[in-house]
Amino acid sequence: MLQDKDRIFTNLYGFHSPGLEAAKMRGAWDGTKFLLEKGRDWIIDEMKASGLRGRGGAGFPTGLKWSFMPKASDGRPHYLVVNADESEPGTCKDREIMRNDPHLLIEGCLIASFAMGAHAAYIYIRGEYVGERHALQRAVDEAYAAKLIGKDNIHGYPFDLYVHHGAGAYICGEETALIESLEGKKGMPRLKPPFPANMGLYGCPTTVNNVESIAVAGTILRRGASWFAGIGRPNNVGTKLFCVSGHVNKPCNVEEAMGLTFRELIDRHCGGIRGGWDNLLAVIPGGSSVPVVPADQIIDAPMDFDTLRGLRSGLGTAAVIVMDKSTDIVRAIARISYFYKHESCGQCTPCREGTGWMWRVLNRMAEGRAQKREIDMLLEVSTQIEGHTICALGDAAAWPVQGLIRHFRHEIEKRIDDYAANPHSESVLIAAE
Amino acid sequence: MAVRKLAPEDMQPESFVLSPETEAFADKEIAKYPPGRQASAVIALLTKAQEQAGGWLPRKAIEAVAAKLGMPVIRVMEVATFYTMFNLEPVGKYFIQFCGTTPCVLRGAGDIKKVLEKRIGEQNHVTADGTFSWLEVECLGACCNAPMVQINDDYYEDLTPENFEKLLDDLAAGRPVTTGSQIGRNRSEPHEAVNTLQDPSLYDGSQIGAWRKRFEEQAQPASTGEPAAAAASLPQQAKAAKPEAGRATESDAADTPAKRAKEGEAPIKAEERKEAADASKATAVDPAAGKDNKSS
Repeated sequence: MLQDKDRIFTNLYGFHSPGLEAAKMRGAWDGTKFLLEKGRDWIIDEMKASGLRGRGGAGFPTGLKWSFMPKASDGRPHYLVVNADESEPGTCKDREIMRNDPHLLIEGCLIASFAMGAHAAYIYIRGEYVGERHALQRAVDEAYAAKLIGKDNIHGYPFDLYVHHGAGAYICGEETALIESLEGKKGMPRLKPPFPANMGLYGCPTTVNNVESIAVAGTILRRGASWFAGIGRPNNVGTKLFCVSGHVNKPCNVEEAMGLTFRELIDRHCGGIRGGWDNLLAVIPGGSSVPVVPADQIIDAPMDFDTLRGLRSGLGTAAVIVMDKSTDIVRAIARISYFYKHESCGQCTPCREGTGWMWRVLNRMAEGRAQKREIDMLLEVSTQIEGHTICALGDAAAWPVQGLIRHFRHEIEKRIDDYAANPHSESVLIAAE
Repeated sequence: MAVRKLAPEDMQPESFVLSPETEAFADKEIAKYPPGRQASAVIALLTKAQEQAGGWLPRKAIEAVAAKLGMPVIRVMEVATFYTMFNLEPVGKYFIQFCGTTPCVLRGAGDIKKVLEKRIGEQNHVTADGTFSWLEVECLGACCNAPMVQINDDYYEDLTPENFEKLLDDLAAGRPVTTGSQIGRNRSEPHEAVNTLQDPSLYDGSQIGAWRKRFEEQAQPASTGEPAAAAASLPQQAKAAKPEAGRATESDAADTPAKRAKEGEAPIKAEERKEAADASKATAVDPAAGKDNKSS
């Protein structure tokens, strides 16, 4: 088990004050000036060496992303944008950082901005997080008052930090949609290239990072890349916030080492599976976008990017959604399909039309009111959506459906058989409830 | 995508003027963005205008925001109809956004929905006294505290049909309510079973500056303290393997003769020498000796 002294988010559960003084006692803002004096290249090299992979879902190396920013400004300002539009179903980790440990995030913003030559950063927080927005704004005001950030601050690097909020659109978690939204437009993703590092916010070089990726930066630089890289497994290093929800006895957020097994995660922190391990049906290991993994494959699997990709799923945001045998798996995935139908921005036809089509078919399948050949048709249509859209929402909508068919085709077929045997039976309806 | 249209004309108010408070708020928001980029403030302004208009956005409010920001009305209209937090029709005094996405459903959101249907009726329908209306929304990002609803600005988490009914009663009667968890959880910790973050040294300030030793030792690489510090900064648990990249310092994995030599100790300990001399434990060289070893 990860030891307390190796945890970065020491106020994850909000038992202590999120204020500046308490945060400093916990080690935030400790020697930030010293770190900045080591220079841009040192910071980026150290972040690369730490092996930190982006915590927003895609797992792209953070240090490498920072290094894509132009070394010198061509006259345009550089921007850092922090993606706090946490809307992936199952994910609720950034919320805890922003309301309980906001100073780690603010310090990380300063360090990351310094490393990328940005003098302004925006934190884009989802609109529904009203309390979190106020908590974060309070912390930003404290940091300004203590001259930790601002035009004339004790770190000698002029830096402004602004909190910007959205208004309820999942798609704004996609980096270019987030930039569009920040510019005051509809959140519709942009074509890439040009990539944000060349043409981002207001046409200027921009890097978009997840809250967790930025908030860990200060601690990594202080304790060293080798400390962070020493936790976890090769290529999947460091600590990670896991959000465990669903059918466990004690759902919770917890910071753990990457690569601990699913069984350890649940037994140590979540009080076990509801009804015991034999009652486990399936797990969605990384937020609703990743395919479901059946119980026998996940139980002893290490929770990290590469292992879960090997299971044809993914770590995503480490939002672990646990489903026991009482779950109507077809209906659960159909509800996820509804989510994507609701959240599609409507820009690309395969996604706009396909998400609704998949939801309608899955809804019929949940009742059994379908033909068996439609299962293959559904699978084929999902592959026609995947990869044929500007952003990854099309992929994210297709993967859960593909995962369902891959592992639970027998369940769908059983529904269809039951319905065909007795099309008006009450029992099917009860089973479907 | 969801079909979102403005409220019918007979619901729309005659006029809408941004209040002085909203105007002041708008100027503060616009100042966050570079000159000429005031459109960035559109979401903040629409949210504020919605608050001023009583929880929903009439057409006139959208036009007022467009005028304030110098944006074409259609651009603001696009934003107002794209983002789902803008209510285009009137809502109740307590506007309940009910999370109906899978993680909440797994924890029993279906029962919460039944309470809403029983108490308030259909979605998007304001009760006769104007107190409540509700809407099923997508994941609100509090999945470890599922099921949950958002009422106006606040989250109410860890709901059961019983405590949710009580919550609605209290709101209707104007009694004070607790926001956040309804079962006494602080945040999203395991309920009554927290077994992490218990180490008091994390909070007493003793960790401050402890990391600087690393840099002091790196500044004088000849010092013998470096291997020790590197070992201390490694996790206590044995790990399966470590990545090739990213190891800024090489450390000795175990107590080896090479390490002892580096630290100025005798490379071979006396008891090891004795053990090595023991013929019965020597590595078998010829098959006969190996047989002997096994039998002994």
